[in-house]
Amino acid sequence: MKIAVLRFPGTNCEFDTQYAFEKLGYTTQLIWHKEERIPKDTDLVVIPGGFSYGDYLRSGSIAQFSPVMKAVVSYANRGGKVLGICNGFQILTEIGLLPGALKRNNNLHFISKIQKIKVINSNNTFLSKCHKNEILNIPIAHADGNYYIDDQGLKELENNHQILLRYCDESGNRVVVNGSVTSIAGICNKEKNVFGLMPHPERALEGLLGSSDGIKMLQGFEH
Amino acid sequence: MKAIVNVYLKNGVLDPQGKATHHALESMNFNGVADVRIGKQIILQLDTEDKEKALQEVKEMCEALLANTVIEDYDIEIN
Repeated sequence: MKIAVLRFPGTNCEFDTQYAFEKLGYTTQLIWHKEERIPKDTDLVVIPGGFSYGDYLRSGSIAQFSPVMKAVVSYANRGGKVLGICNGFQILTEIGLLPGALKRNNNLHFISKIQKIKVINSNNTFLSKCHKNEILNIPIAHADGNYYIDDQGLKELENNHQILLRYCDESGNRVVVNGSVTSIAGICNKEKNVFGLMPHPERALEGLLGSSDGIKMLQGFEH
Repeated sequence: MKAIVNVYLKNGVLDPQGKATHHALESMNFNGVADVRIGKQIILQLDTEDKEKALQEVKEMCEALLANTVIEDYDIEIN
């Protein structure tokens, strides 16, 4: 599997993301944001975490106009798979490949910890190796992860099974972590080829370091 | 010509910074405040002297970049 990992000024999870996918046996390539094309035969485009353009104006708002993003939009519109992690999720909502928006956390804090998240829908590529209602331990690290969508949009997400992950406690009950609408931690588009989440599966590869639950998430994209 | 753009969270979208500031004001005994909303101001120096053209252009800027209309409203003042 060939994975293109995008890099903007201010991205800081690109090497962790590469490390994670290569550890799982896939080929990765870093793509600078000035590139106008996605390499041929790319199986997955990953927009990693970080602080593209210093989070100026709004998180992800400037990165959406980088040349590479035009290529990402046409790649996604042709059915190509795109995964946005943290800042990547913010960029995907800003550019409109995913619905809603990510606001400042409701407690105004940068939240950095291992958080339980529940798999809401697994009938999609990304979470195909997880099962519905499974509880995963995945690190979160963000200041702007408070997912917002209006009532109509939320209904559509629910009806189309686009809600992928929710923050939860050990029994699987929803918990308020950052103020997200219905505790949403990750979603996908209607066509189920564009995925976005605030938690960092690439940071959950070793039980010794807290959790290895990220592995089965990242392996989902394998054919 | 100068354009002043005010961007703020839409009514009905919780503004955590405004809320925290409101609480702080109350704790300082400023009790006459019903609500606090915090936004940002973007000041643009424009080349044109055509007010209508400027307004149109700044509106396009707001829709494309300066505001995220999913969560934010904006107003434009041209001087």
